[in-house]
Amino acid sequence: MELLSGAEMVVRSLRDEGVKYIYGYPGGALLHIYDALFKENELTHILVRHEQAATHMADGYARATGKAGVVLVTSGPGATNAITGIATAYMDSIPMVIISGQVPSDAVGTDAFQETDMVGVSRPIVKHSFMVKHPAEIPEVIKKAFYLAESGRPGPVVVDIPKDMTNPTDKFEYSYPKKAKLRSYAPPTRGHSGQIRKAVEMLLAAKRPLLYAGGGVVLGQAARQMTELAKALNLPVTNTLMGLGGYPGTDRQFLGMPGMHGSYTANLAMHHCDVLFAVGSRFDDRVVNGVEQFCPTAKIIHIDIDPATISKTIKADIPIVGPVNTVLDDMLAELKSMNVKQDQNVVASWWKQIDEWRGSGRLFPYNEGDGSIIKPQTVIEALMEVTGGDAYITSDVGQHQMFAAQYYRFDKPNRWINSGGLGTMGFGFPAAMGIKLSFPEETVACVTGEGSIQMNIQELSTCLQYDLPVKIVNLNNGALGMVRQWQDMQYNSRYSHSYMESLPDFIKLAEAYGHVGIRITDLKDLKPKMEEAFAMKDRLVFLDIQVDTSEHVYPMQIRGGAMRDMWLSKTERT
Amino acid sequence: MRHIISLLMENEPGALSRVIGLFSQRNYNIESLTVAATEDPTLSRLTLTTAGKEEVIEQITKNLNKLIEVVKLVDLSESPHVERELMLIKIKASGAQRAEVKRTADIFRGQIVDVTPSIYTVQLTGTTDKLDSFIQAVGTASIVEVVRSGVTGIARGDKVLSL
Repeated sequence: MELLSGAEMVVRSLRDEGVKYIYGYPGGALLHIYDALFKENELTHILVRHEQAATHMADGYARATGKAGVVLVTSGPGATNAITGIATAYMDSIPMVIISGQVPSDAVGTDAFQETDMVGVSRPIVKHSFMVKHPAEIPEVIKKAFYLAESGRPGPVVVDIPKDMTNPTDKFEYSYPKKAKLRSYAPPTRGHSGQIRKAVEMLLAAKRPLLYAGGGVVLGQAARQMTELAKALNLPVTNTLMGLGGYPGTDRQFLGMPGMHGSYTANLAMHHCDVLFAVGSRFDDRVVNGVEQFCPTAKIIHIDIDPATISKTIKADIPIVGPVNTVLDDMLAELKSMNVKQDQNVVASWWKQIDEWRGSGRLFPYNEGDGSIIKPQTVIEALMEVTGGDAYITSDVGQHQMFAAQYYRFDKPNRWINSGGLGTMGFGFPAAMGIKLSFPEETVACVTGEGSIQMNIQELSTCLQYDLPVKIVNLNNGALGMVRQWQDMQYNSRYSHSYMESLPDFIKLAEAYGHVGIRITDLKDLKPKMEEAFAMKDRLVFLDIQVDTSEHVYPMQIRGGAMRDMWLSKTERT
Repeated sequence: MRHIISLLMENEPGALSRVIGLFSQRNYNIESLTVAATEDPTLSRLTLTTAGKEEVIEQITKNLNKLIEVVKLVDLSESPHVERELMLIKIKASGAQRAEVKRTADIFRGQIVDVTPSIYTVQLTGTTDKLDSFIQAVGTASIVEVVRSGVTGIARGDKVLSL
């Protein structure tokens, strides 16, 4: 057997796990590992400018590929800078392995230089964590970390490694385990057949069914099965913010996203349905609105791989614990073997009602105005056109995120990448970089605002170093739009600290980092300049688009009300 | 309703902090907690009592089960079980009181485990109720110090919590 130091074992284990990219930042506690990386040719290390960006890059990579993203940060501030990104991944169940350096074991607990109890600090926001106690256990710990991160309900896993564990002169036998063994962890592989039959029977007998699908469909690679089942039963479909693309966004059966900024049609369909078929969704507070008034006439079928998600906020009538893909496969098989047929008249009258709600215009209507000022919604529609609806779109957090989710209609899973659970400003740009690195031929755009983009703008430098020609679509309204919207609606337009004074000249800023900047202030320039930007395949282009500051995101549910209670514009409500 | 949840977990540093962290993180109630290694040195047995609505208890057991280090879990209060708590209690015992404390301890089948001219230290084992009743019987005015172990328990009959 080969003899390796702990530092070499870290690098070799990652390579043997099939890792291609590591996103990181060196520091004292990691120097042995970085020295081992220096001699490594197969792994590519991306040097970010701030550790938070490393975690979001790894996150973007994970969301686009389904594989765990790998982060390497040093002890103390390196580790704490990664916390926001770890929490972001945790809230959206994203597989990630974070290797953090730690002070030497004999210094742990002494308040040593750059010491932080990383296992303790990260505990509430990880799926699991390890602290390495002996160099020889490094391969096994790393194997377990990947297994835990990627299996079951995915999530981030921290591996904290004290510096003495990586000492280059202490060598041990190395072999990378083929499988991780954990006696206390066995994620489900199939759903309960009896429950599956009951669910199919309930759907067949439903008068007003609705398929409410979440991020679990994307993470669980079940878009194909779900689409097949929705087609077979002619189900209306709503995808949550995390589930967009799980069902084709341009299809007739798709009603738009539900919830706080969901479509009028989706929210009404949800309120009035008699069977709510929840697949990999978690009844998040941004979807259900007032729990007491939620779906008063619905029986609920809930499929999720995590039993703790079922009946957490809304009680399920038919709970099914299992991976969404195999459960849906089994449901399809069950459906084929049954002799019962749907009553087509009943289904048709439900669709007639839905089509009345939907009308013939946009799924999300808005006032286009007189064209003197660019509406943010129009920018997303133009982006959809220019990219053919087939780009990887990441977003930051705020109004622009909601506009992107409403107006870009995703037909494929893994294309819409945003921080849904934690709502992390600064997420979109590094996430886009992580995707571009893995899919250099694909169009990757980050929809952002002048508030969010400044939370990780330093990464413009990383993009130049590694040649990552992403497109930044900055909906610049000169204010923290979503905060301002709430201040308009609930605080009598008292704009407490929601505007940005002294915004930088983003064009010059992009140029200073060696990229291209294009400013758009006139509606007639919007499409041509956007086309020009996306035609520059090998350059990062920062599109700074001046949009209407006064615009609000609608619909907006009325807090504490039912699904159907919404503001539809500044003056009109249901 | 009060529940006694008993679980086996990996006997590793950090496992206990995950269990405790879960309770504060998710705003669950925890009344008592005991933990010690088992006959298998790789496993610890942890017993805790909690109270809450059925939905909350369901979430607590589900989330405990989700912790990677938790190997197996049982809600003892769902079926017949034996539960015990140990109490050591220092009671003022001088003058006429001295005989009365001794009599009360005997009634509760307590043992006097330490004696000074003015103090009896009584050891008492039983359900939480029984220990509470003893404290009431003695009267808080006479109590100098109380230390209780928290509840531990085991299922009756053939039912066991093991790998």
